[in-house]
Amino acid sequence: MKIHIKNGRLVDPTNGIDAVNDIFIAAGKILAIGDAPDNFHANRVIDAESLVVCPGLVDLSVRLREPGHEYMATLESEMGAAVAGGITSLACPPDTDPPLDEPGLVEMLKHRAKNLNLAHVYPIGALTQGLRGERLTEMAELSDAGCIVFGQSDVPLTNLRTMMQAMRYAATFGFSVWLRPQEASLTNDGVAHDGEIATRLGLPTIPVCAETIALSNIILLTRETGVHVHLCRLSTLDGIELVRAARQQGLSITCDVAINHLHLSEMDIGFFDSNCHLMPPLRGMSDRDALRNGLLEGTIDAVCSDHAPVDEDAKLLPFGQSEIGATGVELLLPLTLKWGIEMRIPLITVLAKITAAPARILGIDAGHLSLGAAADLCIFDAEQYWRVVTSAIKSQGKNTPFLGMELPGKIKYTLVNGQIVYED
Amino acid sequence: MISTNPQLNRSGELQHLLTTEGLPATILLEILDTAESFVGVTERDVKKIPLLRGKSVFNLFFEPSTRTRTTFEIAAKRLSADVHNLNIAASSQIKGETLLDTVNNLSAMYADMFVVRHLQSGAAHLIASHVQPDIHVINAGDGSHAHPTQALLDMFTIRRYKQDFQNLRVAIIGDILHSRVARSEIHALTTLGVPEVRVIAPKTLLPAKVERLGVHVYHDMAKGLKDVDVLMMLRLQNERMQSANLPSSEEYFKYYGLTQEKLSLAQHDAIVMHPGPLNRGVEIDSAVADGKQSVILPQVTFGIAVRMAVMSILAGN
Repeated sequence: MKIHIKNGRLVDPTNGIDAVNDIFIAAGKILAIGDAPDNFHANRVIDAESLVVCPGLVDLSVRLREPGHEYMATLESEMGAAVAGGITSLACPPDTDPPLDEPGLVEMLKHRAKNLNLAHVYPIGALTQGLRGERLTEMAELSDAGCIVFGQSDVPLTNLRTMMQAMRYAATFGFSVWLRPQEASLTNDGVAHDGEIATRLGLPTIPVCAETIALSNIILLTRETGVHVHLCRLSTLDGIELVRAARQQGLSITCDVAINHLHLSEMDIGFFDSNCHLMPPLRGMSDRDALRNGLLEGTIDAVCSDHAPVDEDAKLLPFGQSEIGATGVELLLPLTLKWGIEMRIPLITVLAKITAAPARILGIDAGHLSLGAAADLCIFDAEQYWRVVTSAIKSQGKNTPFLGMELPGKIKYTLVNGQIVYED
Repeated sequence: MISTNPQLNRSGELQHLLTTEGLPATILLEILDTAESFVGVTERDVKKIPLLRGKSVFNLFFEPSTRTRTTFEIAAKRLSADVHNLNIAASSQIKGETLLDTVNNLSAMYADMFVVRHLQSGAAHLIASHVQPDIHVINAGDGSHAHPTQALLDMFTIRRYKQDFQNLRVAIIGDILHSRVARSEIHALTTLGVPEVRVIAPKTLLPAKVERLGVHVYHDMAKGLKDVDVLMMLRLQNERMQSANLPSSEEYFKYYGLTQEKLSLAQHDAIVMHPGPLNRGVEIDSAVADGKQSVILPQVTFGIAVRMAVMSILAGN
């Protein structure tokens, strides 16, 4: 399949390109940019006039719900939703049932994902067996099976010696460790930020220090072990300051923020809106502003969708009993664009947060439009707004705090390895 | 996204009673005035009026309660409603039925009104946002969030003894953090124009940024009770001692329990209130609970009239 994408606005943060140009694809790779190569006869010409052509998006947290939670979503439904959201590479957390803690499971997942021929799937291996925080997994074996990083997803690792040894072991092989900082003993049955809204609504709380204390432990153990740590989904102003200081000291730490936390605060819970039951909890306005600024100045490297499709019924419960999570893959681009528009940031800088930066964190060769690179592309209309309604969402999970809102950025085409896997 | 106040209908009338927060003073006063007219009924020999004749009221108690459930039942019966008590903690929830399934099933039995108590904050809001538009929901206590009829009967009691709300100092004392009663009282008091609402508690029993609710925070009873006109005591649950909120009930009583001696710091004609059930010797001394400044039993009596008022107003809207 040879594809000619013409007149599109090419935006490639890695190579610093932002210009209208043609792009030529053959044998799954980017063959040329600008003039057509000799004897190039396209099977398909895509007119990208007034559209943006950028590297396929890379999402650092997408729950596919397989194996074990197929009633919430399936690999097929969520991979389809991901490419409809312009995502061509995604990392999936190990909190499946059973967790991704042994090579057979990982191979099976990779195999099933590959057969679907949609986005590239990068399973995050479980750091401890069963995510129980007691014994280490066979990380090297899991790596051979296809895991490239290791983490605990949202399951706390309470024993600090285990955490230290897991980091040391991962560092032995050069694997990075992905952790979401939240101290379990300060969380208990908490469901909301320890602020004005939880006080009004009488909801059990998770204080800011649940994040900062966990962060302090992780940062100290990073220094102790020399492992590379990626911090998932920061939520607090104080947390960002700890990370900034740690990075200034030269520690090998990266971090991300979820689309929801970039735009929402505890105020959005309103009258117990269970779509806002997220983890970490939506925090105060000053925290939200610090996340928005932290992403701009680079303390936070990347944005992820934190995609967690939830069964409709599981949200029709009192706030504290409702299932945690929101659908996200189809909102990653729109909500990142929205952040960029509101912060008045050039598109190339905005797109870096969902292409080049997450690819670098994952350690994969993706997120750029270099010659010879795999033709993973996303073509979208940056000017077109669309309304988030359940019928417009392809993910099996329809719950998001953004239901009913108009958001910018409509995906027109998604290409993976030079194949059109989504077309609007 | 923040939606409009879910307890008011499009004409701004009370559709459900879920919380005292956000209700205009006019509606709170309408409830109190209506309750005033029902006090007489409760004192008559024939204690029935036909305002809710033919209506079905379902008491849905997902959490055990004796006093609140009974007063709601009496109130509904005095209005001639058919009352059905469901002790759901013991039945369908254990069988795995969801809250909304339970409510939908009962709606299919032609319920007109649900009185709901649930251990989760927001349960009554959830039900109210999913019932048919002709069904009314009364929150009889949801988690730590709200207990609006308790707050309203407290307001009724205050008005009975203190005439108006404009010149009062009111102190709420005890476990504010876990108390739905305290939250509903605070909103009702500030809405009705009480100029000074105080909360008195150790720091472990106060929620974050409680001052944003419009209250003054005290940790010392001697300072907090000074010149107070109304003392609203809260019940202290035993489990607070197990969860590192307090060391012991003895120490709590010593520093925060209401004794005659501490009461003497308040205005000489101050009234003492308590939502019940009492923990004598923990949050309140028997001499005070049974003393001449206590209005705890009248509160219970007024509770029936206030709940009748809420039900009759809802049924008329």
